[in-house]
Amino acid sequence: MSADLQLSPGGGAAPATRRVLAQARFEVSVLLRNGEQLLVSLVLPALALLALARTPLGGLVAPASAAGGRLAELPLIDVVTPGVLGLAVLSTAFTGQAIGLGFDRRYGVLRLMATTPLGRSGLLAGKLLAVLVVEVLQVVVLGGLALALGWSPLAAGPAALPLLGLALLLGTAAFAALALLLAGTLRAEAVLAVANLAWVLLAGAGLLVPREVTGALAPLVAVLPSAALGDAVRAAALDGSLAVVPCLVLLAWAAGATALVVRTFRWS
Amino acid sequence: MRTARGDAAAALVVRGLVKDYGRRRALDGLDLEAARGAVTAVLGPNGAGKTTLVECCTGLRRPDGGQLEVLGLDPARHGRELATRTGVLLQDGGLPNGAPAMAVLRLVAAQHSDPMDVGALAGLLGVDAFARTPVRRLSGGQRQRLALACAVVGRPELAFLDEPSTGLDPHGRAAVWDLLERLRAAGASVLLTTHSMAEVERLADAVVVVRDGRTVATGTVAELTSSGPEVARFGATAGLPLAALRTALPTTVSAAEAAPGRYEVTALEPGAVDPQVVATVASWCASHGVLPEGLSVGRRSLEEVVLELTGGPSTWDGAPEGRDPAGAARAGASR
Repeated sequence: MSADLQLSPGGGAAPATRRVLAQARFEVSVLLRNGEQLLVSLVLPALALLALARTPLGGLVAPASAAGGRLAELPLIDVVTPGVLGLAVLSTAFTGQAIGLGFDRRYGVLRLMATTPLGRSGLLAGKLLAVLVVEVLQVVVLGGLALALGWSPLAAGPAALPLLGLALLLGTAAFAALALLLAGTLRAEAVLAVANLAWVLLAGAGLLVPREVTGALAPLVAVLPSAALGDAVRAAALDGSLAVVPCLVLLAWAAGATALVVRTFRWS
Repeated sequence: MRTARGDAAAALVVRGLVKDYGRRRALDGLDLEAARGAVTAVLGPNGAGKTTLVECCTGLRRPDGGQLEVLGLDPARHGRELATRTGVLLQDGGLPNGAPAMAVLRLVAAQHSDPMDVGALAGLLGVDAFARTPVRRLSGGQRQRLALACAVVGRPELAFLDEPSTGLDPHGRAAVWDLLERLRAAGASVLLTTHSMAEVERLADAVVVVRDGRTVATGTVAELTSSGPEVARFGATAGLPLAALRTALPTTVSAAEAAPGRYEVTALEPGAVDPQVVATVASWCASHGVLPEGLSVGRRSLEEVVLELTGGPSTWDGAPEGRDPAGAARAGASR
């Protein structure tokens, strides 16, 4: 069996794109194999979609007080879906990524892969690409479910979908940077606890539930990445407009967290 | 000898390497040279600096001083190129927990342009037997075999293996040793750290003994063990009177009961333990009606030499009990 084993030293690094693609494919398969990850990425957002669109809980996300009562007048599924897609981004780019990276760091995976041609930058690129692939899967599954429930993605005009995509990408940048910040500084167990707790809190803080619900606190909540993403996805999907300030808030979170990551990230 | 690729005569050159962890000095001017196409073993007690050495060589840690040339290149400046040309097995493994064993091996193989055939390599190391098992459910020995496969799958010019046979059963160890011998035969260089004397005696072309972050001895196994005197060792009933034996033996040897029931006749000058001495020992045993059990003639074992060089068994994990700690006193002469 081993007669055909070529042992002599030789060869070089695979091309960078192939290295990163291999890492991304590996990460996606690990994510899809992980039951808890699937729960957070798909099952819980799908349950949120069903619960908010089909039960009285929906009153939470489209209160008469918000947006001058306009949200309450729109079809509930149209109001709920953008927030659920934002929640999917939070699940994958932040919670899943932080926990996965935190344990990779604990088990020395980051050290080992740094000694292969992939290197540290290739490893991060592969992980980010995997996040985007999983998000596309989430959008297909959750968007499909929403369509089945009556979602009209183009109700606000043809610009709605590209703007929604842009908002989700900016949210991914902000939350992935925050995930790196968390995973690169805390112990793996602490990352697990914080990332899960933050998922619940951020979902409620302006993402699924519009920040207007918080009343006088709404202007303060607006600076949270969750509220910025929630504002941006709802402006895109419901008005077909680019919410400039929330997008800038997301960019600021992405830039700020990245700057901190560069200084604080520990590989082991 | 050097070309633009940084090729050099030696696979690894380490000169006066220093690495501090806070106030603790892990490497204190360590020197080492590993030849190309050879297996170089680094021996030393836990905490001697072996793992730190591997981490510096693989770019995972920055040395605080000294010189380091891996395949003629500085790991701090040419990390990416060295990542292509070297393979690494780390003591903590570094295998992703949630993935099946074979997926991990394929991932590492995909980083290289012309890797080994992963199926054949997995067969050789027995990884194929647990190909679909997630890493988190592998035993220590299975992880070790997978980690070794990952270290060599890129057909490295130089492999750094930090304790490659730890946790392996005899079959696993035999498979690993077989692979390392074949890698060397194919022209690869290997630097391995180990606590296993059997591994060193079987594989190592050169041995580097380290203690407290410094090199205390280098040489082949034969060179390291040839420094001591010849000794005839045997077991017999404890407490036999030695006076008659000493009278019968020439004055060029000494006789002692090193431990209860364990006797040693040591040469005081080269060649003194000769056939006549062995015959005298046998006849003395016969006169007491006992057999000289396990009678053997040789020099000190590698383990005895290393224990001496590194300060005795108290600092050596896994060392047999009851060794003569006074050996430490003689270590200075060997440095």
